[in-house]
Amino acid sequence: MENMMLLGDEALAQGALDAGISGFYGYPGTPSTEIIEYAQRSKQAEANNVHRTWSSNEKTAMETAIGMSYTGKRALVTMKHVGLNVAADPFMNSAFTGANGGLLVVVADDPSMHSSQNEQDSRFYGKFAMIPVLEPSNQQECYDMAFHGFELSEKYKVPVLIRLTTRLSHSRAGVKTRQALPQNQMKKPDDLFQFMLLPAVARKKYKHLIELQKDFEQESKSSPFNSCDMSGSDKSLGIVATGLAYNYLREAYQGKPIPHPVVKICQYPLPVKELRELYDSCDSLLVLEEGMPLVEDMLKGLAWKGSKPIKGRLDGSIPRDGELNPNKVAQALGLPDTMGQPIPEVVSPRPPALCVGCPHADSFLALSEALKEYGRGHVFSDIGCYTLGFMPPYNAINSCVDMGASITMAKGASDAGLYPAVAVIGDSTFSHSGMTGLLDCIYENANVVIVILDNSTTGMTGGQDYTAFGKLEDICAGLGVAREHIRVFKPLKANWDEMVAVYKEELAYEGVSVIIPRRECVQTLKKKNKMEIPS
Amino acid sequence: MKKDIILGGVGGQGILTIATIIGTAALKRGWNLKQAEVHGMSQRGGDVQSHLRLSDSPIWSDLIPFGQADMILAVEPMEALRYLPYLASDGWLIANKTPFKNIAVYPDEEKIYAEIKKYTNHVLIDADAIAKEVKANRAMNIVVLGAAIKHLGFTAQEIEEAIKTIFASKGELIIEANLRALKAGIEA
Repeated sequence: MENMMLLGDEALAQGALDAGISGFYGYPGTPSTEIIEYAQRSKQAEANNVHRTWSSNEKTAMETAIGMSYTGKRALVTMKHVGLNVAADPFMNSAFTGANGGLLVVVADDPSMHSSQNEQDSRFYGKFAMIPVLEPSNQQECYDMAFHGFELSEKYKVPVLIRLTTRLSHSRAGVKTRQALPQNQMKKPDDLFQFMLLPAVARKKYKHLIELQKDFEQESKSSPFNSCDMSGSDKSLGIVATGLAYNYLREAYQGKPIPHPVVKICQYPLPVKELRELYDSCDSLLVLEEGMPLVEDMLKGLAWKGSKPIKGRLDGSIPRDGELNPNKVAQALGLPDTMGQPIPEVVSPRPPALCVGCPHADSFLALSEALKEYGRGHVFSDIGCYTLGFMPPYNAINSCVDMGASITMAKGASDAGLYPAVAVIGDSTFSHSGMTGLLDCIYENANVVIVILDNSTTGMTGGQDYTAFGKLEDICAGLGVAREHIRVFKPLKANWDEMVAVYKEELAYEGVSVIIPRRECVQTLKKKNKMEIPS
Repeated sequence: MKKDIILGGVGGQGILTIATIIGTAALKRGWNLKQAEVHGMSQRGGDVQSHLRLSDSPIWSDLIPFGQADMILAVEPMEALRYLPYLASDGWLIANKTPFKNIAVYPDEEKIYAEIKKYTNHVLIDADAIAKEVKANRAMNIVVLGAAIKHLGFTAQEIEEAIKTIFASKGELIIEANLRALKAGIEA
């Protein structure tokens, strides 16, 4: 046993390693990236030959993890919340196939959108798929839940969803580790129909999943991570606190006993009996949860024919959107709020920006120059560092929707007659979700210019490898782009005339062009050359 | 005993290194620690902060409540002001004087300094210049840490030991440069 200082993400990864995992799968995405990065650095993972390279995207990662579970080995797939949208098909169906070796789906949500294009709550996916959900409240629970999750998964042969949020994923604290377990032996499923979702089989599978619900609820009732403390004497209010919100509740009372009855929920489905007891014994309820009002909504639906007030995000006791914090929770509890001095007016916002020397900056400036004669509004873009090309002084792009949407949106706009229609996508994003969209363009010879910004890394998340590295031209040619319309240049001020000329020539070509500005990310370059004090 | 510290700066200025050093010293005392960090898009030249909580009793929230920080420790002057809502009325405001200008219009520096000087408990030093003077150009962050430690209740020796621990793999020269920066910060 050891005491380690770990981020929530790292604690989960270490827990999975100690619980005998055989494979991590995923695609980088803030705030989930550090799970696989930790496993990649781990000597223990190396010694045990644990799989931990990145997948092309979350869907391929999820499917590969299901494949490893099929063999009886323990697998974990991880992604950010919007990644689960990409993996939703195999994820939902994995609830029907179930697991053989333990299967954990670890999804990190980003309330307040620190580094995301939307705010969504993955607990809804867990409920949707009708599988158990674990929501750790601290770093130690992250570690312990890896063990608990694998055990639960193997006991009922179902995947288990673990939901993290930014604040826990990226906060460090001491974690006590346990004796590491060996990996599972290879053991194919006893029932060779298990992963065969033909309708006749799937119907039986669905009935079985429905039957399991009462067992899952029983597990929530006896879970070491849930608690029901009815000792608080002030029954004018009962409190339901889930995951991280439980910490803010304890903070509000500075670690002293809470004067109200409290049900802590870190494992779902909801332990209904305890909630009923709380509802019956209190005059009103307050629901504290990070993300969307899932539990609050469900309690209103349950409400046992009563009409007692249930407070939370829906009635405005807690703001409807955004991340929780200790002050929001204290206010909802009617405790005195604390506040320092306001931010002086002299302080300006400092939004993120492309780094000094970033190759994307040169690519954008030249692109804008080439497009000058057409006016603004012709550039569809994507998810990555280059989304910052929207900001001044570049003002170079006009959309950012989801991974890969630049190419397909440009095609749709071109189909409608927009000319020029330009897509700007990163090399890693192209490898994640750009290839199928490019094939759509080729299939109809769409009049689009696709710019693949090649900085040779997954930049925004801190410089991870990606699967199409070094193969971009061959992939594009293989999909059917004419070799003479696959153009590569090095984005540098010194090459200004060449860059603008290449853009202009391909804008003039009626058909599918791919332009690849290629220069390494300055951050990964700096890391490679690092002989300096870390900063 | 508890110390709640907001570390502020611009992505890449080295606030997490400061957090790691203070954290290492706190752990040596057997204290508990929670440290919330900013990863992802904001690190690209945006404002970044870290909530560092140290205590000899259990720590619950990963975030410091508004109005309860014992210190704002900022490696950039405008970033020191951004976190004032967190600072307790008797808390310390420690800031580096050298601005990091990566926005189109950076405010008048004198106005920023005037806001900092409104606080009785403030330290405003030119950490970049001091780091250069002691030939530790890259250790500006450690100079700011040096200026902060007596208000944090840590001894120079505790912080020196922590620096030796966390830079152990970087070699003697780097450890020495950081120790010089620390000393210069303490004396500033």
